[in-house]
Amino acid sequence: MAGSSLMENLFQRTLEDLIKGLRLQLIGESAFLSKALDEIRREVKSTDADTKANALHKLTYLSSLYFYDMSFAAFHVVELLSSTRFSHKKIAYHAAAHSFSDDTPVLVLITNQLRKDLTSTNEFEVSLALECLSRIATVDLARDLTPEIFTLLGSSKVFVQKKAIAVLLRVFDKYPDAVRVCFKRFVENLESPDSQIVSVAVGVFCELALREPRSYLPLAPEFYKILVDSKNNWVLIKVLKIFAKLAPLEPRLAKRVVEPVCDHIRRTGAKSLLFECIRTVVTSLSDYESAVKVVVVKIREMLVDDDPNLKYLALQALSVVATKHLWAVLENKEVVIKSLSDVDSNIKLESLRLVMAMVSENNVAEICRVLVNYALKSDPEFCNEILGSILSTCCSDVYEIIVDFDWYVSLLGEMSRILHCQQGEEIEKQLIDIGMRVKDVRPELVRVSRDLLIDPALLGNPFLHRMLSAAAWLSGQYVEFSVNPFELMEALLQPRTTLLPPSIRAVYVQSALKVFIFCLNAYLLQRGNAASSSTFDRVVPDVPGLVSERDGPESSSLASCDAPVHCKQDEGFNPRVFDQSFEGLSVEHGGEETATLGQASASSSLKDSFTHESIVNLLNRVELAVVPLTGSYDVEILERARNILCFTELIKRDLLDSPVQKEESLEREGVQASQIIKLMHDAFSNDLGPVSVSAQERVPVPDGLVLAENLEDLETIFGDVQLPSLNSFSLGSPQYEERAGFSIPIHESKEEPVPSSESTSLLAEHRKQHGLYYLPSANKEDDYPPANDTKLQAGTNDDDGDLVKLTEQLLLSKKKPNHAKPRPVVVKLDGDQATIATNPRPKEDLLSGTVRDVLLGSDTNPTSSQGQASTKSSSKRKGKEKLNVDSAKENLGGVEKHDQGNPGSRKSKHHSHGKGRRHGSPGKKGAETEENGQKLKQKSSRTHSKHKARQRAEVPLNVVAQSPVIPDFLL
Amino acid sequence: MIQFVLLISRQGKVRLTKWYSPYTQKERNKVLRELSGVILARGPKLCNFVDWRGYKVVYKRYASLYFCMCIDQEDNELEVLEMIHHFVEILDRYFGSVCELDLIFNFHKAYYILDEILIAGELQESSKKTVARLIAAQDSLVETAKEQASSISNIIAQATK
Repeated sequence: MAGSSLMENLFQRTLEDLIKGLRLQLIGESAFLSKALDEIRREVKSTDADTKANALHKLTYLSSLYFYDMSFAAFHVVELLSSTRFSHKKIAYHAAAHSFSDDTPVLVLITNQLRKDLTSTNEFEVSLALECLSRIATVDLARDLTPEIFTLLGSSKVFVQKKAIAVLLRVFDKYPDAVRVCFKRFVENLESPDSQIVSVAVGVFCELALREPRSYLPLAPEFYKILVDSKNNWVLIKVLKIFAKLAPLEPRLAKRVVEPVCDHIRRTGAKSLLFECIRTVVTSLSDYESAVKVVVVKIREMLVDDDPNLKYLALQALSVVATKHLWAVLENKEVVIKSLSDVDSNIKLESLRLVMAMVSENNVAEICRVLVNYALKSDPEFCNEILGSILSTCCSDVYEIIVDFDWYVSLLGEMSRILHCQQGEEIEKQLIDIGMRVKDVRPELVRVSRDLLIDPALLGNPFLHRMLSAAAWLSGQYVEFSVNPFELMEALLQPRTTLLPPSIRAVYVQSALKVFIFCLNAYLLQRGNAASSSTFDRVVPDVPGLVSERDGPESSSLASCDAPVHCKQDEGFNPRVFDQSFEGLSVEHGGEETATLGQASASSSLKDSFTHESIVNLLNRVELAVVPLTGSYDVEILERARNILCFTELIKRDLLDSPVQKEESLEREGVQASQIIKLMHDAFSNDLGPVSVSAQERVPVPDGLVLAENLEDLETIFGDVQLPSLNSFSLGSPQYEERAGFSIPIHESKEEPVPSSESTSLLAEHRKQHGLYYLPSANKEDDYPPANDTKLQAGTNDDDGDLVKLTEQLLLSKKKPNHAKPRPVVVKLDGDQATIATNPRPKEDLLSGTVRDVLLGSDTNPTSSQGQASTKSSSKRKGKEKLNVDSAKENLGGVEKHDQGNPGSRKSKHHSHGKGRRHGSPGKKGAETEENGQKLKQKSSRTHSKHKARQRAEVPLNVVAQSPVIPDFLL
Repeated sequence: MIQFVLLISRQGKVRLTKWYSPYTQKERNKVLRELSGVILARGPKLCNFVDWRGYKVVYKRYASLYFCMCIDQEDNELEVLEMIHHFVEILDRYFGSVCELDLIFNFHKAYYILDEILIAGELQESSKKTVARLIAAQDSLVETAKEQASSISNIIAQATK
């Protein structure tokens, strides 16, 4: 047995062998590793400590560099910890610190071993145990080993003492009641003559203060002393961090700190300390104009420094200061803009952020111009960063900074054309949003949309499809502003739309229908006018040749296209015969027409263009483009294509017949078609208003409906489904219109069926109260009230009025719209946030509460009274809490007296130092204590809930907790 | 506080990892792959900071090795750069003009040195001399323990047990 272990030991591969072996394996490394791992698995079970240590050594190596799981060896690590040999201990502790986590089961086994090592006479063993504890301490370990750590805090060896201090961070974290025991000695270390001790202590305080700064306000005098006296940059940086957290809580403290900080800025040569001072000023002392001025000078020096690190940090500091002191950024405008073309992407991003901070309604146009130029030149990633930040800045607070919407809309169009643009979704959202919110910009929107739609290149960029969907929707919705609807139709039905995904094609088809109906309606109106004035007669019956003459040379191509179309009509609409020729023609036609009409498109020519020929032409074109879509696999497209085809069937005869026998037919048959067209046109010309994102939220929950508070369960079911947001308008709206379009004729022909009166009245009541949340179809008149109609403003609904006001304000006055509501959180997010926010809370409160208890001198007595309170009925809690606070306050008072009476107490040296200052501001102290008292009240109410656990934990410790009489630290 | 320390070679090989916050092995591997991708791709004249998952990673290249430390948002980047430099100087003094091979074959020593410089993600010792003295003392402790173990009498005692 012994012999075999000896042999094992002699022939075991050492770590060096393993590393060498690994380096020889050029390929098949994994095979070598798994072989080595098998060896280790065997060796680690060996009874020989050397073999075990060696195996663990190798395993730790593999685990830390190759990320092998070594949890299987956890027990062997514990075994090796108890070895008496230092080299073994070292390996074992290293392995433990590397691989143990809070849920490692064997952790409960090492308490005694750690205690033994913490009390060892060998300082290096103590240090190993402390180092390991700083990494792996659990609640149990922290609780059980607090006495040992307390002893070590007073160790005579600096080496051990500083590690004991560092361990406190983890121990306090896990077991807040350790504060009661250790805090006094911990605070004493701030005045240690050894700068290493101070450094570590300040480091721990810094971490603690970052989490809950308020608890450490009473220690401000100690920190202030360090800030003024210390020469150690490491310490100063940490102290500055602490003050950066404390200063915002106590204005008088900030006032006192400003001077020393500025002194450091002037004196120091160390960049790290300088930067920390700068950061402290910009984050926490930005109310002190003089300090900010000093800092901005330093920032400028850093900005022009060759070191990219300094430049980057200076830009960061500037962006912090920008919120309060924009002048600092404006002063450095040139450098910032120049940094946009830096080689370092981090610097570029930072400067972009700064540039966006400078944007105001006066310069937004210039800045966007500059940025778009940068975007054109830069790599795709940064280009999209630029575009993204332009978009998000401009739309913030409901387009607060945009005054000239025509400009902004054309900028959106321009951005879409940038080669690398991937912001289709955001542009889509904004285009539609603007279309609905800002009435006056619609003509420009339609113009921009048209430009985007007819550009065949954009169809090839999948990132822009969403944007195109918005353009299509807008051009359909607001077609009445279009200069040339025919060309819109061309664009919507162009062959390259096959590149679009089905959902967006469906939008295209629907928009085509809207444009089509608009054209027909316009034609009918015109014909109606013409017929009544009888000037139209002469023109219409002309043969195509004459039409071309009439239209003049500018549209000769149009006429030439018309000719075959008419032939086709005569032959009775046989698509098979003309399919090919027509397709070719229509494309050519579109191109030509675009060219001619794009140049000179006056409204007069538009009026003229609604001739019978052009309408017939349009009809054919629509039919030809839509017929292939009826073979689509996508139901959305299929359905809409069918709708269009049926509609064309319906009206075709009337329209086609009319020129031949127009005199007779006009009154007779034309009536039916025109009626349908008019109805549909009416349906489509309803205005859609924006819907508040919080609309859903404001609907009151009906009685008897139980809503689950936590919808997290749903998340698992609908993991992939996104919640609908504003940008789903493009899909939602056409559906709505479709419904409207087809329900109206029925609605007209029949009397509205009256459903059961009770529910209707309820519904009506609800509509009356919450009209905003319904689609604007609730009006008694047959017509839908447009959302932006000012008439409605005077009506019952204030929210609609708000929207109108909003858009008006946006255009006319530059006042901040009062409509801007805080964005409500989506349900899913809500749950997430709540859990994040609440989970870590209680523990920290526990810790800071304890810290405060200790600092306020209300040691174990209040705790026991709290304990009693918690055992009593919860209904009495409130009163008890009050009592508690009072007792804490009493304690405070007593403590003050006590301290004044005993000037020779432990703190006397320090006390005399801070005396003048503190006496100078008695008000501050009063406010502080009161504040603390209040806090304590809150805290104690929270600790109550946690108290059971704490009390249990306290029981074994009580002896220790009471043995050192904890004096106050407040003074 | 420092979340973790990584040493990555220019080829993307890991030379040292030290974690001050709880990460599972899987996460550690993922972190490493992510970060080495980002850091190794950065050019020589760029700044030494990378924003990463709400943390900041400060890195510096010495010869063929990248020393990376991941810190909180509030931490001071320049201070961490100095810490890295401090660590490298101590390594250099200990190994005598340190090179990557030293760290490969004495990976545990590099850990022990790091453990003397940082504890719980904070700097604990800013004096190079002190660190050197402490490491030397521990080395001699280990050596004596080893000598004892490998002495002939010990082997005989074990064999005849």
